[in-house]
Amino acid sequence: MNLRDAEPATVARRVGDVILAVEGVSLAFGGVKALTDVSFDVREHEVRAIIGPNGAGKSSMLNVINGVYRPQAGQITYRGTKRSAMEPHIAARAGIARTFQSLALFKGMSVLDNMLAGRTLLMKSNIFLQALRIGPALAEETEHRKRVEDIIDFLEIQHVRKTPVGRLPYGLQKRVDLGRALAAEPKVLLLDEPMAGMNVEEKQDMCRFILDVNDEFGTTIVLIEHDMGVVMDLSDRVVVLDYGRKIADGTPDEVRANQAVIDAYLGVKH
Amino acid sequence: MIYREAGQFKTTYASDQQLFPILQDRVFVIGFLVFAFGVMPFIGTEYLFRAILVPFLILSLAALGLNILVGYCGQVSLGTGGFMAIGAYAAYNLAVRVPDLNLIVIFLLAGACSTVVGALFGIPSLRIKGFYLAVATLAAQFFIDWMFARIKWFTHDSPSGNVSAPPLQVFGFPIESPEAKYLFVLAFVCVFALVARNLARGAIGRAWMATRDMDVAAEVIGIRPMAAKLSAFAVSSFFVGVAGALWAFVYLGSWEPLAFDVNRSFQLLFMIIIGGLGSILGSFLGAAFIVVLPLVLNQVPGWLGVHMSTATVSHVEAMVFGALIVFFLIVEPRGLARLWAIGKEKLRLWPFPH
Amino acid sequence: MNAATSRNLTIAFFVLLTFGALAPMAFGSARFPQWLEVVIGGLMSGVLYALVAIGLVLIFKASGVFNFAQGAMVLFAALTLVRVMEKLPFALALVVTLAAMVALAWLVERLVLRPLVNQEPIVLFMATLGVAYFIDGFGQLVWGSDIYTLDIGMPKEPKILLEGTFEGGILVSTEDVIAAVMAGLLVAVLALFFQKTGTGRALRAVADDHQAAQSIGIPLNRIWVIVWSVAGLVALVSGVIWGSKLGVQFSLQLIALKALPVVILGGFTSMPGAIIGGLIIGLGEKVSEVYLGPYLGGGIENWFAYVLALIFLLFRPEGLFGERHIDRV
Repeated sequence: MNLRDAEPATVARRVGDVILAVEGVSLAFGGVKALTDVSFDVREHEVRAIIGPNGAGKSSMLNVINGVYRPQAGQITYRGTKRSAMEPHIAARAGIARTFQSLALFKGMSVLDNMLAGRTLLMKSNIFLQALRIGPALAEETEHRKRVEDIIDFLEIQHVRKTPVGRLPYGLQKRVDLGRALAAEPKVLLLDEPMAGMNVEEKQDMCRFILDVNDEFGTTIVLIEHDMGVVMDLSDRVVVLDYGRKIADGTPDEVRANQAVIDAYLGVKH
Repeated sequence: MIYREAGQFKTTYASDQQLFPILQDRVFVIGFLVFAFGVMPFIGTEYLFRAILVPFLILSLAALGLNILVGYCGQVSLGTGGFMAIGAYAAYNLAVRVPDLNLIVIFLLAGACSTVVGALFGIPSLRIKGFYLAVATLAAQFFIDWMFARIKWFTHDSPSGNVSAPPLQVFGFPIESPEAKYLFVLAFVCVFALVARNLARGAIGRAWMATRDMDVAAEVIGIRPMAAKLSAFAVSSFFVGVAGALWAFVYLGSWEPLAFDVNRSFQLLFMIIIGGLGSILGSFLGAAFIVVLPLVLNQVPGWLGVHMSTATVSHVEAMVFGALIVFFLIVEPRGLARLWAIGKEKLRLWPFPH
Repeated sequence: MNAATSRNLTIAFFVLLTFGALAPMAFGSARFPQWLEVVIGGLMSGVLYALVAIGLVLIFKASGVFNFAQGAMVLFAALTLVRVMEKLPFALALVVTLAAMVALAWLVERLVLRPLVNQEPIVLFMATLGVAYFIDGFGQLVWGSDIYTLDIGMPKEPKILLEGTFEGGILVSTEDVIAAVMAGLLVAVLALFFQKTGTGRALRAVADDHQAAQSIGIPLNRIWVIVWSVAGLVALVSGVIWGSKLGVQFSLQLIALKALPVVILGGFTSMPGAIIGGLIIGLGEKVSEVYLGPYLGGGIENWFAYVLALIFLLFRPEGLFGERHIDRV
């Protein structure tokens, strides 16, 4: 069942103007070309999927969008500002958050601290106030704690809030990763294979969280995922990459019918 | 049964975020402080203050500073001795060149000098990590050693490079008796430990730990590595600088650059590895361990009726430290502090098995 | 920084270095023969730094460990040799010392490397700090901590070269020349070992990719013992040369600390880097000490190498010949 089909009216209302666009992005490591002349856009409030076989350049694309990698060519336009490359802290400040394919949580810190760290940008008090933990610094800690607890409730991880994340099972770590990204109250959320390695139930939970984030907070979502069922269910539009090039772009149904995609990704039928 | 938190429900986030959320911990810490400030000065012997407590407290402060950098922010430094030297010589120059400056102000300014130098030598950390950085901090150590040995201005043209602290007094009270020195140092260490704990559990501490655990991810969520690393270097050097000034003024009295050589750096690093990386308590446990162990080792041969020369004892000491470092890294990388925490967990359940 | 800028910076570094070395002559503060003596002296001590650095690179390549204990191993090897020589002839003492170094390698592998496998590099680094302390304490406990003279029959009297060309000629220490030849031989033997033997091939495979090497049946643990033994051999040769030059004493271990900036300069993974880095550091610190030292109060030898390496790190963190790697997320 396509979860989107149930509520076509909201979908139409939801999706807004282009918030993020990449144009002609090319990225190479030494002689290896990761991305070649890739262009696509993301509209506000939509769920945009990037799919492709292994090594197609999907993660590299996310890394270009939030500035971890600097592309050799092309532009990134985010909320009207055109740049030849992002910087991670500019991206973070401008409301782009992300999760990671291979978990990149702060393993020595508790769930709570991981998520509070996600709100670092929103904290204002200076080092001296923090050192004495008086007045504004104290009030701020409590205020942010409240916000983070809301997200903890939302993700249903109350029972492990003080556990160091390194000790949590994989599925929960994935949730904490999402929670840390959400803690920053992002406008755009980049999800790098949020369901990789999960069983069916865990996948269903994660799908629900992603849709809820999208519906309740209106967060724009860019999603890399291998599970085609999930992609078809969740996303409004899909970009397909293969060997670093874009080979298709459109609604899930269009992409599914595209011959190039079938050949490259779903495999040629025998 | 005694150490249980059952029935202590937190109804506000503020109460869950206080310094010691568990009642028994609070009682214990307060009791400990009352003992340290109120009882100890009356029951301690001169030997205890001079040879154990004062060096222990000052080295704890330095270890605390180093732990901020290494344990919390993950930047290994082998230049701690050098930063202590900066604090010591800065304090000396302030005391000699600026008459009538309050001793506490002198120590804080000495810490500030160390902060500046520490942040300067922290700049390479923006480009290099791990043992590359460790070697870079060795550059700081050797350069600072040389600076105080060869540039006469810093030692006020003392011919031998040996300098002495002026008589110590605060607000008219002399700090000469062992008890007074102990209380003075204790007060400093308590305040700094509180500051360290507050920083470590606040936004800046989270930024440090995030940088330590996964620097790329930290950058992606908007923590600037430069700010996190340099602030860790700065705060750490401040602590270490104040400790250096205290070590020189209160513990040594008169000293030469050798007092802060590279072996001091190693010693402090060993303290935090044994005590516990990324733990305030660990800094104290590690310092206590390293101050007390040589004293014990000196006694052991006597108990066994064997004669050991000082040289032999110092070689055995090196072997024991070396073996312990490897042991702790393998068996319990979070050190004595972790053992303490495990003990507390056990105590929570005691006497019930689960 | 892209590859081209990086290369240009490296070239600029060498140009500056050459200018730095030549500057004392250009400004007339040095006569040519004197200057040449300083340069040769610097290069000679550079050879010795390079030797210690090679030990570091070997271990780093094969086990990913930055071995802080290399200096302690040099001291331990020299101490063992000099004390065993009091009882046994030189050749036999050499064999005994080598056996001790192999035993040490085996113990390190068993007690330190194996339990710490897959730990972060910095943890292993700190562990080798502990190993260094242990070896220092152990060596001196067993062999004593005095200064011992190591006499292996190297001629002490200096040679005067090119007497006809310059007035007074150039003074060169024969000992240094022999040391350089020994170091060269050792490097050649190591190169042959790595290129031509099966064990050498296995070592290179492990250096390239631990897991891949393991998956084709190369026994990692045995390789580590071999590499640490080879590093022990290198330490022994360094110990013999240093020891007969300066006497076997605790300060040998501090001289070995100089190998750290050398590998930073040369790159952690490169043998030629260790050699060239050693020569640069040796030359740089001698020339700067002799011609710059007097203006700064002397003793700059103590930090010159480190500060040079530090500056270098800022511009080219992977060293002259090291491999660059990209952080992947």
